[in-house]
Amino acid sequence: MKNIKLIIRNKVFLFVFVAVILVFLFLKSIFGNCQSFKKITINVYNWGNHISDGSNGYLDVNAEFEKRTGIQVNYTTYLDNESLFAKLNGSSTKYDVIFPSDYMIAKLIEKDMITKLDFNMIKNASTIDKEFLNPQYDPTNEYSVPYTWGVIGIFYNKKIVDDPKEKIDWDIFWNPKYKGKILMFENSPRDALALSLLKLKLSINTTKIEDLQRAAQEMINQRPLINSYVSEQVFDKIGSGEAALAPYYSDAYIVNSKNEDIGFVVPKSGTNKFVNAMCVPKDSNHKKEAMQYINFICNPDIAVENISHVAYCTPQSVVRKRLDPKVANSELVYPSKEILSKSFTYKNLPDDINIAVNNLWLKTRIDGYNGKLKLILIFLIFILLYFTILIYKFIKKRKEFKLYEF
Amino acid sequence: MKKRVVLPPYIFWLVTFVLVPMSLVVYFAFTDKNGNFSLSNLNDVFLYSNVFLRSIWLGFIATSFCFLIGYPTAYIISRVNIKCRKFLIAMIMLPMWTNFLLKTYAWMTILEERGFVSCFFQFLGIGKFSLINTSSAVVFGMVYNFITYMILPIYSVLIRNDRHLVEAAQDLGANQLKIFLKVTFPLSLPGVIAGIAMVFVPSVSTFVLSKMLGGGKDLLIGDIIDMQFLGSVYNPCLGSAISLVLMILVFICSGIMNQFVKREERTVIAL
Amino acid sequence: MIFSFNSSKSRILWTGFTFEWYKSLFEDKEILKSLNNTLFVAFTASIFATIIGTIAAAGILKLNKYYQKVILSVTRLPLINPEIVNGISLMLLFVFIHKKTGFFEQGIFTLILSHITFCLPYVVLSVIPKLRQLTPNIYEAALDLGCTPFSAFLKVVLREIMPGVVTGGIMAFTVSIDDFVVSYFTGGAVQTLSISIYSMSKRSISPKINALSTLLFLSTLILLIIINFRESKENIKKKELI
Repeated sequence: MKNIKLIIRNKVFLFVFVAVILVFLFLKSIFGNCQSFKKITINVYNWGNHISDGSNGYLDVNAEFEKRTGIQVNYTTYLDNESLFAKLNGSSTKYDVIFPSDYMIAKLIEKDMITKLDFNMIKNASTIDKEFLNPQYDPTNEYSVPYTWGVIGIFYNKKIVDDPKEKIDWDIFWNPKYKGKILMFENSPRDALALSLLKLKLSINTTKIEDLQRAAQEMINQRPLINSYVSEQVFDKIGSGEAALAPYYSDAYIVNSKNEDIGFVVPKSGTNKFVNAMCVPKDSNHKKEAMQYINFICNPDIAVENISHVAYCTPQSVVRKRLDPKVANSELVYPSKEILSKSFTYKNLPDDINIAVNNLWLKTRIDGYNGKLKLILIFLIFILLYFTILIYKFIKKRKEFKLYEF
Repeated sequence: MKKRVVLPPYIFWLVTFVLVPMSLVVYFAFTDKNGNFSLSNLNDVFLYSNVFLRSIWLGFIATSFCFLIGYPTAYIISRVNIKCRKFLIAMIMLPMWTNFLLKTYAWMTILEERGFVSCFFQFLGIGKFSLINTSSAVVFGMVYNFITYMILPIYSVLIRNDRHLVEAAQDLGANQLKIFLKVTFPLSLPGVIAGIAMVFVPSVSTFVLSKMLGGGKDLLIGDIIDMQFLGSVYNPCLGSAISLVLMILVFICSGIMNQFVKREERTVIAL
Repeated sequence: MIFSFNSSKSRILWTGFTFEWYKSLFEDKEILKSLNNTLFVAFTASIFATIIGTIAAAGILKLNKYYQKVILSVTRLPLINPEIVNGISLMLLFVFIHKKTGFFEQGIFTLILSHITFCLPYVVLSVIPKLRQLTPNIYEAALDLGCTPFSAFLKVVLREIMPGVVTGGIMAFTVSIDDFVVSYFTGGAVQTLSISIYSMSKRSISPKINALSTLLFLSTLILLIIINFRESKENIKKKELI
């Protein structure tokens, strides 16, 4: 009897213990959520690794914004323009500040998905350089404020790649010498196809289906050489020597990094130049706060800290002057005029071409369209199997039934 | 009296959050972008046949590996004494309770070219050995992540089996192998089939494994569906059509499985 | 099984017990926020799922065989369906309603709804066997003794089926915490732990994730030990009663 009581008491104690922990956790999570419910929260949707988060000793931009204004920032990231578009279009999530690139801004304007900005609230936009105003994607300069820009270049591991730097061109990604050492863009159809268009010396804004198909075929041919499709891990993989070559966006990482093995080159034959800009979607719930956020980001004091971490090129020369001169004067980061004269910006393509681009890209990712017959065969086998079992059972049941009758 | 009050909310819930969404999938699968009826999506699904084939094939390999590893494990566990059994089951449950992505992430670092496994093989003198970014790594991830679903149902069936049957067979002069083939294995069949279903379905439809372990080279159906909805190739109608085909495939499979399992056992196994 | 040891151990080896990463983990607002969200969603969803599921299970058993079969197979649908299909179908539903009425903006609310949906079958299916085992007349006996139907259910039936309810609830909780696919499609801009791990895995490898996994691993280990402890106590108690 005594024993049982002891056990029961023990059990009760344990139960209470677990319950207290659970209740505590529950209350804590509710409390945490209530806190963010009380304040206004803006949803900021940015590229991955595209803001200073306080990790390199620079200012944590979002935290500073929260501190100064009391507005909470819910910061999430995406991998490419197309998934940003999908998320805006195909889910009922409401974002307040987004950072699309040039051609996507044009597309969003065309589809009437972003709102005109109130430049009275974004006073700091006046610090943006003239050459970035009224760009071709936003001719009236009403929808976007440039955030960063850069070009696509080739990152390589100096130990593995022995071609001289001047000779590295886009066709190096098709060089069988580097089999299993080549990285490719994971997600962006435009960037991936642009690569083989550049290799074929075609326009990256081509609207000819034949050109695109040729480019896609090149990509399919390239597949056996590829190590993996990655996005932000290029530096890890090249730095460690797991891979040798990757196309990626120009980034001051190369200047800042202590890893001597990583080299960067922008091919002389031409490349893509991109501008990422800040926009506010039409269905944003907190447009005023979104403008405040954009204004905050444009503030040169903040931008210096931010760009120092993000390491893309800044459209504000005020900011560039205050950056680490090693970065600000580096031709690797800020490409020379010669390169810029040969670089093209993506244009927004018509809808049907866009769909074709996406489908062709997906085709290259899945290694072409084939195996239709086999699939149908497998389906048929499955269905047949199902029915044979059903029929077999049915017959068995009838036999048993007959047995019972006897 | 009571059932009238109690059930309608639940039925309402089931209809709104299970049946309506599924019919939406069917609806979108049969419409084009402007909302008109069309079969072109279903036609386009077959363009991705090789993705389906690859998923089914990898799922099949993963399931067989799970079975080959899982059955002996379950058998051994059901044979040891009760204390040991508890411990072993807890050990098997342990990885199941850690986050799926964390496990995969850990494997990413372990399987890397400079990672743990490759160092180990180099140490053994076999030479450089890199699994990551191959489809074997994807299969490996599937086996690792889903093997618990194979072990647990087999184990729960084995443990409920009547020991006396084995003893009876022994008395009748059957040897170990014969007992296993004629008595134990047939009796554990429901568990095996449940296990196969529970491994095959998630491994066919998994969607981050191939990106994380396979280097994105061998995309599976799950990845394609993801791309159509929230990824780079926005086309929810085609995505729905692909999901519909996947759903049908899974239903056929579970239909086949159901034929083998008696009704009362089904509820047990579903848990 | 050997693998499980292997991986966890090497994960620990990887982190090497430097507290720096743990520190940075606790300073990382994104992770803390997503942890908060995960716990909140898991608690709310599992509590609601347990309540709805238990009541529904009681109701289902009152039906005749045919309806019972129909409802049970619909209940089982989310289990049979591939997770990704569950996710996208719920997302389609929310988007559809949002386009028509403006409600159901994707966020924590839709996340909870979808979590309840896929937690329900676990609860219902673990409560039903317990209800079947119940002495059939116990409920009526309670009514005869002067209980209101509600208190009869609460005091007599619920007490008997409590183990099933608790198992269902715990299961719902773990499934909800572990879920990635459905949250990914229905959560909108809300980050749960799984989603932030996913987005972290896309970035360059950070040791923070290893610290996080070690912590999570330890907490599940403790939870499992507690559960085992409880079970063995229960067993002893049962034996003594017999």
